[in-house]
Amino acid sequence: MVATLEVRNLQTHFFTRAGVVKAVDGVSFTVGRGKVMGLVGESGSGKTVTGFSIIGLVDAPGRVVGGEILFHGQNLARLSEEEMRQLRGNRIAMIFQDPMMTLNPVLRIDTQMIETVLAHTKVSQEEARQRCRDALGMVGIPSPEERLKSYPHQFSGGMRQRVAIAIALLHRPELIIADEPTTALDVTIQGQILAEVQKLATNTGTSLIWITHDLSVVAGLADDIAVMYAGRVVEDGPVSEVLDKPLHPYTHGLIGSVPSRNKRGEPLRQIPGMTPSLLKLPPGCAFRSRCDRATPECATPIELMELIPGRHARCIHPHLEEQVAA
Amino acid sequence: MSAAMEQIQGHAPAAERPIIELIGISKRFEKRLDFIGKLAQKLGAPVREEIVHAVDNVNLSIRKGEVVGLVGESGCGKSTLGRVVAGIMPPSDGEVLWRGRNIGSLQGAEAREAKLRAQMIFQDPYASLNPRMKVQDIVGEAPLVHGMTTRGGFESYVDEQLRRAGLDPTLKKRYPHQFSGGQRQRIGIARALAVQPEFLVCDESVAALDVSIQAQILNLFMKLRADLDLTYLFISHDLGVVEHLSDRVVIMYLGRVVEQAPSEEIFARANHPYTVSLLSSVPRIEARKRAFATVKGEIPSPLNPPPGCHFHPRCPHAFDRCRVEVPALKEIAPGHLSACHLNG
Ligand SMILES: Nc1ncnc2c1ncn2[C@@H]1O[C@H](COP(=O)(O)OP(=O)(O)OP(=O)(O)O)[C@@H](O)[C@H]1O
Ligand SMILES: Nc1ncnc2c1ncn2[C@@H]1O[C@H](COP(=O)(O)OP(=O)(O)OP(=O)(O)O)[C@@H](O)[C@H]1O
Ligand code: SF4
Ligand code: SF4
Ligand SMILES: [Mg+2]
Ligand SMILES: [Mg+2]
Repeated sequence: MVATLEVRNLQTHFFTRAGVVKAVDGVSFTVGRGKVMGLVGESGSGKTVTGFSIIGLVDAPGRVVGGEILFHGQNLARLSEEEMRQLRGNRIAMIFQDPMMTLNPVLRIDTQMIETVLAHTKVSQEEARQRCRDALGMVGIPSPEERLKSYPHQFSGGMRQRVAIAIALLHRPELIIADEPTTALDVTIQGQILAEVQKLATNTGTSLIWITHDLSVVAGLADDIAVMYAGRVVEDGPVSEVLDKPLHPYTHGLIGSVPSRNKRGEPLRQIPGMTPSLLKLPPGCAFRSRCDRATPECATPIELMELIPGRHARCIHPHLEEQVAA
Repeated sequence: MSAAMEQIQGHAPAAERPIIELIGISKRFEKRLDFIGKLAQKLGAPVREEIVHAVDNVNLSIRKGEVVGLVGESGCGKSTLGRVVAGIMPPSDGEVLWRGRNIGSLQGAEAREAKLRAQMIFQDPYASLNPRMKVQDIVGEAPLVHGMTTRGGFESYVDEQLRRAGLDPTLKKRYPHQFSGGQRQRIGIARALAVQPEFLVCDESVAALDVSIQAQILNLFMKLRADLDLTYLFISHDLGVVEHLSDRVVIMYLGRVVEQAPSEEIFARANHPYTVSLLSSVPRIEARKRAFATVKGEIPSPLNPPPGCHFHPRCPHAFDRCRVEVPALKEIAPGHLSACHLNG
């Protein structure tokens, strides 16, 4: 069976005055039907740009310069702007990290939501309104009828985020790219939304790319995980294996920084050093200057390698010794 | 550290005035009827002016050097309370005291000083950064105006602020839209810290950061507190972060404070049924591929809050009294307050 989405060696660069920012530089992953892939990684590592590349919303001076984005086997990178527009919102939806990319600040919520419904389905105005009410209720917004008449600025941060989620779920798309969709939500409301998402994946076969920093959400929701660093996937595999026994030193350091894994009141463990500038990445492993396992060989180009069946990492000195224990 | 903690968590000496004090703070947002609405009402349609009760009679005092965590359901009024505390939104009722004096009554230089000393890092990094300003001006303009740096020292001052927040200073000539979500959040952090505040309201300030950079920022916050006695109101839905950082935790539900206690106490012995349910639903990184649960019971609306205890439609212990009488926030153990009729 063809996967819902297969991204092969995606490259998206920004051609700025200061130089070429290689925001995404060789990203590959696959998402099967009804599967959830957690996309995690360093802030600024290219997760959002990867999502934008898939739905064709990279703005100038940025451009997809290489690779393939296969949606049911069809290369999206080759589609015309009009063909992409047809897909967006209907078969592929994105929940943006900034909910105001979905919401228009000067229009009431009902105007915006009903318009979205009517754009893709032939139903009556009243039927459309009912769908919107239900969608708001589903994401835990009380008094949906009254709230439909509000403007976005009259909502709390988390409520705006939830409206954006509700809009993305309206059409039961085949693929949802969710970019930090629950960062501003408390655990109760988050649970409500994740439950709805799980229902959608099971009942409709919707596939999801779930971009987040919250490793506990990835742990509970995702089937597979891909970890990004400086524009590349540095590790991927089944969630539980990667979280329990990370291979790549970056993943290793990341998991060690989770507050619940640190002693209360003491400084949290952090990965030393800073992200290298994407403008002048050194050849070889981009994590080199911060890695405690680095050797001179790490300065040579390093590919994503299958180190254990089903598990890949872009590292020549991976944490393999932990793999045998337990 | 532990001596300082004891002093903060136990009863502070009477001489120690709180840096900030909220007395009976309420905030309502009223939606006036437009022309059509008024007409419809005159003709007998069941329309009415809608009032959102965002914050309802909150009392809270924060001592110098204290870190208070503020937690609660999405839409319960945390950001609104944060804005009132930071002095950027006037309350509908009640008083905000800054070092014992009403913020609203301060004039001229004093008012400006108080405004500068209390800074807020906004929840929404996109909306709070001027898209037409370069990052160096977003971060450096206020310190320049207020004499924290000079024209000559501007560049290096800005560089230092950016580096501290984990941003590459060579990017300072860029505009906000050229940054990732987490990078923008750090611009907001750098901007707030650049004016050397004494009191910081952090509204979901590390939510968009990966855990390693988050650790770097949280460590910076803790260092500033140790070095400069910085005081924080730390709004976050991430209970792991709140537990790690806070001396005291305040729990809100639908506009009201329902429980507050020293951090260790609340995580060990939560009293209020809302807090108990909240703590029990925290996802853990150890829990794999699990079924998430939908909210049980009805989520009450701030447009039409239920009478009595706001939590009663969802509370497994609710009894008759809960539906009519508002439970008072009472001390149930030293420093531990809870608003629930189960406590008598
Ligand atoms: N318009 C642009 N011009 C130049 N560089 C850009 C532009 N947009 C994004 N970038 C850069 O591309 C890189 C990747 O950005 P992206 O938004 O994909 O990061 P991210 O992984 O989503 O991070 P976060 O977790 O902080 O949201 C960043 O370093 C960012 O600074
Ligand atoms: N400007 C406004 N006009 C009308 N209603 C508002 C306004 N700002 C906030 N509200 C309402 O006040 C209530 C509290 O909002 P607030 O932003 O304080 O919540 P919050 O606890 O910060 O939520 P979140 O966790 O989702 O950010 C919400 O019901 C919101 O709709
Ligand atoms: S390749 Fe070398 S520098 Fe890179 S992560 Fe592995 S050990 Fe570290
Ligand atoms: S007062 Fe009643 S309804 Fe409210 S939390 Fe206590 S037991 Fe539950
Ligand atoms: Mg992003
Ligand atoms: Mg808020």
